[in-house]
Amino acid sequence: MSETRTLRSLDDLRRLREEAHREIRVREATGTKIIVGMGTCGIAAGAREVMRAVMDELAARNIEAHVTTVGCIGMCAQEPLVDIVQAGASRITYGKVKPEMVPRIIAEHLVQGQPVEEWVVGQTTSF
Amino acid sequence: MTEPMYRAHVAVCAGTWCKALDEADLAEAMLAEISRRGLAEEVRVVRTGCRGFCSVGPVAVIYPEGIFYCRVGMPDIAEIVEETLVKGRIVHRLLYAEPETQRRLPRYEEIPFYSKQVRIALRNCGVINPDLIEEYIARGGYEALGKALTTMTPEQVIDAVKQSGLRGRGGAGFPTGLKWEFTRKAPGDIKYLICNADEGDPGAFMDRSILEGDPHSVLEGMAIAAYAIGAREGYIYCRAEYPLAVQRLKAAIAQAKEYGLLGERILGTDFSFDLRVKEGAGAFVCGEETALIASIEGRRGEPRPRPPFPAVSGLWGKPTNINNVETWANVPPILSQGPEWFASIGTERSKGTKVFALSG
Repeated sequence: MSETRTLRSLDDLRRLREEAHREIRVREATGTKIIVGMGTCGIAAGAREVMRAVMDELAARNIEAHVTTVGCIGMCAQEPLVDIVQAGASRITYGKVKPEMVPRIIAEHLVQGQPVEEWVVGQTTSF
Repeated sequence: MTEPMYRAHVAVCAGTWCKALDEADLAEAMLAEISRRGLAEEVRVVRTGCRGFCSVGPVAVIYPEGIFYCRVGMPDIAEIVEETLVKGRIVHRLLYAEPETQRRLPRYEEIPFYSKQVRIALRNCGVINPDLIEEYIARGGYEALGKALTTMTPEQVIDAVKQSGLRGRGGAGFPTGLKWEFTRKAPGDIKYLICNADEGDPGAFMDRSILEGDPHSVLEGMAIAAYAIGAREGYIYCRAEYPLAVQRLKAAIAQAKEYGLLGERILGTDFSFDLRVKEGAGAFVCGEETALIASIEGRRGEPRPRPPFPAVSGLWGKPTNINNVETWANVPPILSQGPEWFASIGTERSKGTKVFALSG
């Protein structure tokens, strides 16, 4: 057991660091925040499942982003609502998000930098 | 990897003071409530070391937002979980209130006590779980040791510490690099390192905060010095009145050995270094280096006149380098961020930062 954990080079240490860093990322600053509406309306519309899908997708793609929850923002008819806030960009709100929509939002918005226009229901320039 | 990704971490202080205030076990209760609400796969509870703001403890910080809750008690737990973790709202009554204005400051970075600090020796205290070496490594831990062993000669390490301007944090302020050089140059094949963790001044808890909150920073600093000086063995002389510090040091040493960061052939190099903890005998005078050495040797803790200094004749009569806890904890960042960076902080004649304990 202990044999397998032994680090035999600086590269071994760096690999372990990268892996271990994923576990503490939540405690460090990052430029991207994904906000899921978790009011009663959001939860009833399936926000929890959407949030799980977001977290799974971020983990699978190893993307550095924080996932946070907020209460109802008043647009209950569009729930589940997911907002993406990136440093230096406007806050984009997606409405009626389903878990199966999440991979495309993350691929196009976070990875390629192109919001999925057809699903956007709101945009604000200041947080 | 099947490890779940957590969206939030609740960092609960598990330092001596917060634990003393905490009538039950807050972290345990928090975890139970989180599980009860079905959030166990999304929210992780982390026990950290001391954050230093003990007067408002027990404290808990909710990440990623960095929401700082003060004087958290058992009755507050359900509300924190319901409001903050389920609904994303802040529990205002638990926030820190600025004394002059009574304005509530939600994030710990906004609290002047924290925003005005530069933390070097305390860089990980309150942020990581001190019982998990992986969290220390995740923050860049042991990288400085790896750098020293693979890219620097012992002389270069000593030069870097000299250039940084680091002076002993135990009180006397002797230049650390110079002390290392004396021990390196002292004749003899066997040399020792000692960490003076016999912090006995009334009301002082600078070293305890580091030992409890980030024990690996001390271990790594010592391993770097061992390479620079040519020592294969070291002792941490820790006062027995610090049971939590002793426990965390022992756990840290065991974990470092498991990863091959202490022991034989560290990181696959020819360098070997072993560390053990010696508990103090409860005498204030043992904080003095010659008395401390006598105590490790099993003799009465009585000071002797110097010279000879320990650098020439110390433990078992061999050249020995003694530094205090805070000094050791400053060493890894000096190597990883460079001596110039360290020397750019501090005053004209004393570089870097100093930890202070205010009590009473």
